[in-house]
Amino acid sequence: MLSFIASRLLQSAIVLLVMSFVIYTLIGLMPGDPIDIMVNSNPGYTAQDVARLRAQYGLDQPLLTRYWSWLQSAAVLDFGYSRTYSQPVWVILVPALIQTGKLVGLSFVVFTALAMTMGITAALTKDSILDRGINLLAFAGISLPVFFLALLLIYLFAVRWGYLPASGMFTIGGSGDLIDTAKYFVLPVLTLTAAFAGRFTRFTRASMIEVLRMDYIRTARAKGAGPLRVVFKHALRNAMIPVVTVLALSFGGLLGGALITETMFAQRGMGKLIFDAVMGNDFNLALMGLLFATTATLLSNLMADIAYAWLDPRISLS
Amino acid sequence: MTKQTPLPKSAVASVLADKPESVWELRWRRLQGNRVAMCSGVLLIFLALFAASAPVYEQVMGVDVNNTDLLNRFAAPSLQHLLGTDEAGRDMMARLMYGGRISLLVGLLGAFSAAMVGTLIGLLAGYYRGRTESLLMRITDGVIALPLLPLLIVFAAIDLQKLGFSPEFVRSSAANFYRIVFIIALVEWTTVARLVRACTLSLMSREFVLAARAQGASARHILSVHILPNTASPIIVALSLAVGQIILLESTLSFLGLGIQPPTPSWGNMLSNAQELISRAPELAFYPGFLIFITVIAVNFLGDGLQDAFDPRAEST
Repeated sequence: MLSFIASRLLQSAIVLLVMSFVIYTLIGLMPGDPIDIMVNSNPGYTAQDVARLRAQYGLDQPLLTRYWSWLQSAAVLDFGYSRTYSQPVWVILVPALIQTGKLVGLSFVVFTALAMTMGITAALTKDSILDRGINLLAFAGISLPVFFLALLLIYLFAVRWGYLPASGMFTIGGSGDLIDTAKYFVLPVLTLTAAFAGRFTRFTRASMIEVLRMDYIRTARAKGAGPLRVVFKHALRNAMIPVVTVLALSFGGLLGGALITETMFAQRGMGKLIFDAVMGNDFNLALMGLLFATTATLLSNLMADIAYAWLDPRISLS
Repeated sequence: MTKQTPLPKSAVASVLADKPESVWELRWRRLQGNRVAMCSGVLLIFLALFAASAPVYEQVMGVDVNNTDLLNRFAAPSLQHLLGTDEAGRDMMARLMYGGRISLLVGLLGAFSAAMVGTLIGLLAGYYRGRTESLLMRITDGVIALPLLPLLIVFAAIDLQKLGFSPEFVRSSAANFYRIVFIIALVEWTTVARLVRACTLSLMSREFVLAARAQGASARHILSVHILPNTASPIIVALSLAVGQIILLESTLSFLGLGIQPPTPSWGNMLSNAQELISRAPELAFYPGFLIFITVIAVNFLGDGLQDAFDPRAEST
């Protein structure tokens, strides 16, 4: 098991290294130029100043040299400064990471519970009206654009009925207690849940139906196991193996969902941070934001592999 | 007990004519039995006609999609503007029709390009095995696992001039359109690649392929004549399921201001204008959002139906 984890860790590290180069190159291709931005904010610069600044920041060097020196400082956790916030990238990234962690974590729990309940119900009542209703709901969830759903929820709950705040993270000047923050979480969590529950409901249903057809289920029934025991003891565990893997693999997609949700509800998480950094030419912040997101995704994939191997004794770990 | 659908005339006729029903006829018959998928197909044809008839609508109604009328903003539906006007006094109906063209074209073209890339990679991986296969499949798995939307945003923001394209080209709406298709193909090929590889692997051990190889047929000949035609059904199913994803992706990028650029209307960028005006004119957000929704759900139902029709044993996922 340990050597399996070690080899997967090494693989993830290689992917991360490759991605860091890809992202570094892409960021360099974004519109604008850090020196131009400095020059624009201070018209007193002469052409010599510009050349000197370019040399000082190493921007006159070829791409590989620049990447190498960036990598060297990144290796000692020096990620540079954010242009728009004038603070070290760290200081801005960590709170955003926590914010997104809360949003994604909460939504994950809610939509997993919902998807499992609906998926198992649908599988057990296959082809009934209930099954069809759940199927329709799941399809609707998959087909609804996340930003449109967010907009609908904002319109109904905030604009029309005024039950909940439309955007932000807490009431400005308010007490900032738990209930206050929770209010601001309801709509974003609802949005992400609706966006992801559909896919996993269908996945759970399909997996459960397949398992229920297996010989060992028939054997368990024939030996007189009650229906609840058959479903929860014999079927569920096996049906969950592919579901768990797909859930863990969905982390990258969840980050994408979080990006839209946070942008719509003005929550300062990783997604909105990356989006604003890309749009605002904040190169260091965009670079590190993307790398953090990639790292988090790679780690969750690693966990998926381990969970898969652990849940399914038939998989050999070599 | 499963309900037995009565054999349609065509099937009876083919038996009477002593001509066996081809596999495509069988699939078509199965698809016809799926009411939801058939309704979705009809709805999609209507949506395509709706989008295609945009110039006709402009002619008949005497409106122009880009014609702004600041004295007539947020107009209610009338005989002159069937769905009223938007925040700049433009005809809402015409904009929705032109927006539909973009969404459907990007959906189809994006899915087609993604399928080409995916098929090529899947065929190569399945045929050459060994190192090539493991490298290609590692890349595929790697792409699947990445946080795609954040990365796509960077791709969409890239300054094409820095890649050596001329400023005129970079600013043209054609460049804008093809950039979106390219970005989409870049991430959506993975499903097709995996399916085609699996299919190629199983075909490689079939007698007709072994016979062709024994006769010394070239890789190119085997892949194009023996393998590719037999991978058609997984490709079609994956394509149909990808179209919905792609329409959603295009609308998301356009909504974020990184996709189709105004004044060219797309359902996504129409919503991004409407977001600011949600309390004043919610219908401006409702129309494009609803159209995206019914288009994508119809595509998904049709894709699901195709999957069942092509492979009735597999439970859809």
